[in-house]
Amino acid sequence: MEALLIDIGSTYTKAVMLDLKKVRIIKQGQAYTTVKDDVNRGLKKALADFTGWEKAEYKLACSSAAGGLKMIAVGLVPDLTAEAARRAALGAGSKMLKTFSFELTAIDIEEISSLEPDILLLAGGTDGGNRDVIVHNARMIAGSCLHTPVIIAGNRAVAGKVQDIFKQGGKEGYLTENVMPRLEELNIEPAREKIRELFLEKIIEAKGLDRVNSILDGLVMPTPAAVLRAASLLASGYKDERGLGELVVIDIGGATTDVHSIASGKPTRDGVSWRGLEEPFKKRTVEGDLGMRYSAPSLVEAIGFNSLFTQLEQALKSGLSREILQDYIDLIKAEVDHLAANKIEVIIDRLLARNAVNLSTARHVGVLKTIYTPLGVSLIQEGKDLTGVKNIIGTGGVIVYNDNPKFIMSGALYENQPQSDLLAPVEPELLLDSKYLLAPLGLLAEVEPLLAVKFMKKYILKAGDVCGNDR
Amino acid sequence: MDKTTVVLGVIGADVHAVGNRILEYSLKQAGLNVINIGVMSSQNDFINAALETGADAIWVSSLYGHGEMDCRGLREKCLEAGIGDILLYAGGNLVIGKRDWPYVEELFRGMGYDRAYPPGTLPETAIIDLEKDIYKKGDKNWRPC
Ligand code: B12
Repeated sequence: MEALLIDIGSTYTKAVMLDLKKVRIIKQGQAYTTVKDDVNRGLKKALADFTGWEKAEYKLACSSAAGGLKMIAVGLVPDLTAEAARRAALGAGSKMLKTFSFELTAIDIEEISSLEPDILLLAGGTDGGNRDVIVHNARMIAGSCLHTPVIIAGNRAVAGKVQDIFKQGGKEGYLTENVMPRLEELNIEPAREKIRELFLEKIIEAKGLDRVNSILDGLVMPTPAAVLRAASLLASGYKDERGLGELVVIDIGGATTDVHSIASGKPTRDGVSWRGLEEPFKKRTVEGDLGMRYSAPSLVEAIGFNSLFTQLEQALKSGLSREILQDYIDLIKAEVDHLAANKIEVIIDRLLARNAVNLSTARHVGVLKTIYTPLGVSLIQEGKDLTGVKNIIGTGGVIVYNDNPKFIMSGALYENQPQSDLLAPVEPELLLDSKYLLAPLGLLAEVEPLLAVKFMKKYILKAGDVCGNDR
Repeated sequence: MDKTTVVLGVIGADVHAVGNRILEYSLKQAGLNVINIGVMSSQNDFINAALETGADAIWVSSLYGHGEMDCRGLREKCLEAGIGDILLYAGGNLVIGKRDWPYVEELFRGMGYDRAYPPGTLPETAIIDLEKDIYKKGDKNWRPC
């Protein structure tokens, strides 16, 4: 029994064929994605030297091509319903273009239409709470020339009214549960599910990706959603296959670095009180400015050119001219499919990746604030405490193919964080998605969860045990 | 005519109960409807009580020195809960350390409180302010007795 699993990315279409009986990889391959004319061209090229794939039991795909699943979230208060809506959208594997709060203005509407989202997620108000803002925002959207489908996930008391506003405006409005039904209580699963449904029913077709259905069984989710699915299954395990428990996955891409934590994030110390909006157990954050190629210039900006240059000199144990670094950054931005070609380039890539891991972890984890009061010191936690998480898994081309993944991953450790109040994992095992299988296994998880866990346990290895060059 | 309703309570992990009792008594004496949620009340407790009772104002007390931290974000939550324009007053011991009062008052105003009171404020002072504020809003006539 075989499974053919495809990841249609914006530059590459990656294919893998798995032997489900023997739990092993039969073949992996990739080719350029050509969404503009026909996704199937890239797909067929990727499958060129595969034999017998047609008779695979499962033929499933995920995709981040054609810009991924582009979303905009609209809520009321930035830290409350707007943030809840944003988390729901990220958890569904979307690419967040922007989040809006309070009343939308005509200028906001213009901006939204220029951003060309695939789906709009509209929240605002707790159940029975504020009505005016979501109704106002619905009217603004319904009265505009936007044709984006809208998911309504706000105050239940006016949900019907909001839906009517869209109906009357000739727009598509889809109703689901409120993302924040009570104050600070998060309820993002229903919205997440609705996004997935719309992705399957509308967006794939709108992007011309439904063509793959003539070759495959179906394109079932956005790639980041597949990674999140795999991560949560690996954490929980399935039936007799035990999971790893709470974990973090860091996915370093060309344009973004994604961090997924499957963990409660509850305070691990006594006497700490937790503040703010509830945290999702499965949480995904995306750093649009931290990436290895498209976003290399903004990554370098976030690191600081001088700091990166110093790190490079230390790594090379010798001086070099600053132009070498600058030229390489310019090069990889222009040639986004460039692969490090010599020793210096490999080292620069490694440093970029480590810093991307470091910064994206710092932004994902919570922070422990110390407040001095007449009572003495008081500790307030905002966000997730991941200090006790036992496993961090690295994935993404750069980490899978670099010869020192452990060094890259160690950027996530508590001891390497820029501030001591960041709640990053202290002593985790550093693991590597050695065959770049997380997204495909997220697909397999849909149909054969037990096997998906088995594959993950086989191919996710300690970062120290593997060394890129001899794989 | 509806009586003006005030939700009253001591926020956070604060147990100082004496002032709270006095405030309740004074507000009742002034003819107001008082919903006293007592000591150790969370922001959500205040908002839920205000929602259920259709209150006109929330009076938050903080005596033990965590005032700034405990009170922050209440206005934003009121907004989500649909009572964004409710009157918010804070009082007790809001001064922390050596900060002078005008600074603290500004801080609370910035956090969305309509009024903040220094230690030792008499309940009557604030009751008169409430009268003015409600009159200004004009959504209800002030009828103390
Ligand atoms: C009695 C008392 C206690 C008792 C409380 C018993 C009880 N269940 O009520 C006990 C022993 C439990 C206690 C404990 C603590 N206390 Co004590 N306590 C006091 C004390 C001596 C009197 C408080 C009191 O009842 N005052 C009388 C009432 C009528 O006044 P009031 O509370 O200020 O309220 C009036 C006004 O402020 C105003 N008001 C109050 N809220 C509001 C709100 C609005 C909107 C308006 C308009 C007006 C308003 O109207 C009220 C009525 O007139 C004060 C010192 C003092 N003299 O004030 C310290 C004091 C409040 N406590 C203090 C401290 C530090 C503590 C502890 C942290 C001590 C510790 N280290 O453990 C703990 C905290 C416990 C907790 N989790 O809350 C400090 C607070 C310092 C600060 N804020 O910067 C004080 C000021 C003492 C001091 N000078 O250090 N305390």
